[in-house]
Amino acid sequence: MTTTVGRGTPLLTADDVHLSFGETTALRGASLHVYAGEVLALMGPSGSGKSTLLHCLAGILTPGSGSIRYGDRDLARMSDTERSTLRRGAFGFVFQFGQLVPELTCLENVALPLRLAGAGRREAQRRAATWLDRLEVADLAGKRPGQVSGGQGQRVAVARALVTEPAVIFADEPTGALDSLNGELVMKLFIAAARDTGAAVVLVTHEPRVAAYSDREAVVRDGRVREQEPAR
Amino acid sequence: MSVGFALLGLLENGPRHGYDLKRSYDEAFGRDRALHYGQVYSTMARLLKNGLVEVESEPGDGPERKKYAITHAGMTDVAEWISRPEKPEPYLQSTLYTKVVLALMTGRDATEVLDAQRAEHLRLMRVLTRRKTDGDLADELICDHALFHLEADLRWLELTAARLDRLAARVRP
Repeated sequence: MTTTVGRGTPLLTADDVHLSFGETTALRGASLHVYAGEVLALMGPSGSGKSTLLHCLAGILTPGSGSIRYGDRDLARMSDTERSTLRRGAFGFVFQFGQLVPELTCLENVALPLRLAGAGRREAQRRAATWLDRLEVADLAGKRPGQVSGGQGQRVAVARALVTEPAVIFADEPTGALDSLNGELVMKLFIAAARDTGAAVVLVTHEPRVAAYSDREAVVRDGRVREQEPAR
Repeated sequence: MSVGFALLGLLENGPRHGYDLKRSYDEAFGRDRALHYGQVYSTMARLLKNGLVEVESEPGDGPERKKYAITHAGMTDVAEWISRPEKPEPYLQSTLYTKVVLALMTGRDATEVLDAQRAEHLRLMRVLTRRKTDGDLADELICDHALFHLEADLRWLELTAARLDRLAARVRP
């Protein structure tokens, strides 16, 4: 484990975040810090607000009150364009399933974030191929998502999240749809690759064995966070 | 108990000296807890007394020169032991349950008890996960066995946390 984890200024900060959906209160004063290069597991029972918090941290949802800061910038004060740029460049996403574009090949899927960021087709595909190889799914380059297994698809999704070398990767139940063996393989490759690039990972999971890949955990309960001290 | 059977089983591939047996055992099963020589020799003495091994004499004196061979009775015992399912550990009335109930009965914060335990379990799970990630297949299997058990405990912790109010209503005076 790197010794710099958990030290210094947080990369992402949630400060006293409240958010309601109609009558339902999802977050009631959630505060959390994410440090550069750390793998942080967000745990808690279903409906505790952990996914909502992840979406707030990633700038997908805007808190009703309280703030989310990336470095010293308040996400709520950014324009939509600035937030989109941040999400495409500095953030990467891995979801439980359904995130790959079915019409594109696996290689094109991984190349997509680079293309959106303005990279040329050839360069984007070259880098995408490197990432497929790193996630041990190079042989799937020409296949479409519908032609690969769940575990393979998740590895392609991880490659796509990492291809832009983001500062933070948000992963919401990344192994939720996989059996133990495939889940383990995805986590092993995912976390090793994230650590290599120095990306921080915010990992929402209800599976303790998945959380065990993290450096520390934060437990979300009733819309509030009980955060473990960062590793020293 | 299983040390005796493991040593006996190791003899099925041919007679061995005590130190050779210890080395094989440590390599295959003793990653976390290597055997002491004394333990090997006392176990072999017991197996010898029960007729499960016999000694093939070699020139020279002292226990370290003894070469042990498994007997027919020994082989039968190993076969029987391997094929007999282990008794599942029910873990009923665990210490943790007692602590949670006592915390509730005495007006302490039972959530804190559960959270502290969760953190401790996850800490160990991280150590095992790291070891498994860096290790070979044997490490992976040994660690996975422990990880699945710890995970089961953690699920119980979570479920109990969600039922604390109901439990409190039952146990509080």
